[in-house]
Amino acid sequence: MSGSRSGSLDGSGLSARIHHFTNESVLECYQCGKCSAGCPLARDMDFPPSYLLRMLQLGMPVLDEQVLASLSIWLCLTCEACVARCPKEVGLPRIMDFLRQESLKLGKVNPKAKEILAFHRSFLDSVRRTGRLHEVGLIARYKMRTLHLLQDVLAAPKMMARGKLRLMPPRGAGKSDVRKIFHRTSAADPTVTQPLSSSDPQRCREEQS
Amino acid sequence: MRMGFFPGCSLEGSAREYAESLRAIAPLLEWELEELPDWNCCGATAAHCLNHTLGLALPARILALAESAGLEELLVPCSACYNRLAATRQELQQNVELRPKISQVIEMELAGRTNVVHVINALTRAANNGLATKLKEPFRHKVACYYGCYLTRPLSTASCKRAEDPQEMDDVMRAIGAEPIDWAFKVECCGAGLSVTRVDLVAELSGRIIDDAVQRGAEAIIVACPMCHSNLDLRRGAIQRNRRRRYSIPVLYVTQAVGLALGLDRQALGVHRHFVPVRLPEVSCAARAALTREDVVHGEREL
Repeated sequence: MSGSRSGSLDGSGLSARIHHFTNESVLECYQCGKCSAGCPLARDMDFPPSYLLRMLQLGMPVLDEQVLASLSIWLCLTCEACVARCPKEVGLPRIMDFLRQESLKLGKVNPKAKEILAFHRSFLDSVRRTGRLHEVGLIARYKMRTLHLLQDVLAAPKMMARGKLRLMPPRGAGKSDVRKIFHRTSAADPTVTQPLSSSDPQRCREEQS
Repeated sequence: MRMGFFPGCSLEGSAREYAESLRAIAPLLEWELEELPDWNCCGATAAHCLNHTLGLALPARILALAESAGLEELLVPCSACYNRLAATRQELQQNVELRPKISQVIEMELAGRTNVVHVINALTRAANNGLATKLKEPFRHKVACYYGCYLTRPLSTASCKRAEDPQEMDDVMRAIGAEPIDWAFKVECCGAGLSVTRVDLVAELSGRIIDDAVQRGAEAIIVACPMCHSNLDLRRGAIQRNRRRRYSIPVLYVTQAVGLALGLDRQALGVHRHFVPVRLPEVSCAARAALTREDVVHGEREL
């Protein structure tokens, strides 16, 4: 590993891009490990948060690749415990957001994160269509995307009995404004809300492997 | 007091009892709620995870609507919505270059005049303003106040002052006659958005929270977030399977506990809508212990 590459924030490496887009510097981290100690899902992750930061600090392309293809970035709950306890206030939640978006754009999404990504997309689909989240629509779309058709079927009648299932989608909730917002924000970033199709980076990666 | 009201999507569906109880207590606390017309979803975790600009634009439209309605305050019951709205407001205030860009996306001007207020903060104000004098049936129970993530983090926009041991909900509970317990899982994450995709992880995380509350003698868990409620209540079956133990402790929205103390009807507060039935001991253990002590003291005096 060359000395110039290590710790560089002005090259074209991932840590430089993070710095450019989020104004967060991974070099601030001195590996105290508080983020990993406080992260509720550190033990379920392939790389706990402090490991991800160390990998980014080293600036090696092979490690950048591993970060983008990690399950960790998708398991992250955005609970913000890491940054709350970080003595250097490294904005990990913001870095995680950037890594997810980059992983999606470059088609590196970890296959084990398929459901989590499908859920996020189904959520945004529902909001784009009706301006507000329609929970029944969200679950229906999620099932279509993942084919987990039987999951939670027993919960539905119980929710119905408690008056918690709203079958009809919400009406007139700034629908056209919200569609415009989606249109304008995803023009620069079309991978975000597109439906599952052959151009889906997730699927492409699975087909390649 | 006139307040803008942004219910958020869950309160129209799975968390409708949070909306019902909030609307029920509002007149008693002299809150005049004015629902924001034509509001949209804040985008929640999904939007900021997948697209930064979208994650800012959706909450920005809500803030701009509130501003154009001339509202000084926007009351938000859902902690996740609160987090998105407050974070967006802060980011747009700090990043001057970003503001015109977002204004263009939402086709609305945004100066950041409207304050975002979480229900907890509004209740704190009520507690400091004579809530105790309005009680009909003080909520004499031992409660575990569960704050979760977004009431306490990030600290710069959080509605609670202390990140690791917040006291705001505890103070509201004390004001209605309850006894908040000291416990270890106040600000731990319940598993949040993985509720559908990774039930196994949610059962693990929420299970630890429930178990600690029960071990320390709480009779109810009090929450102020629809996501926390659904993970602790709707996912109770998965939690019990994960921990191989039964837990009957109910989970109440803070507005429901306040409503019960104000003497409102359980039905009006939507208490019947929970998955875990809300059965609270007539007199709490603590109160019973106090009673006995008093009796003993009294008895001794008589002797």
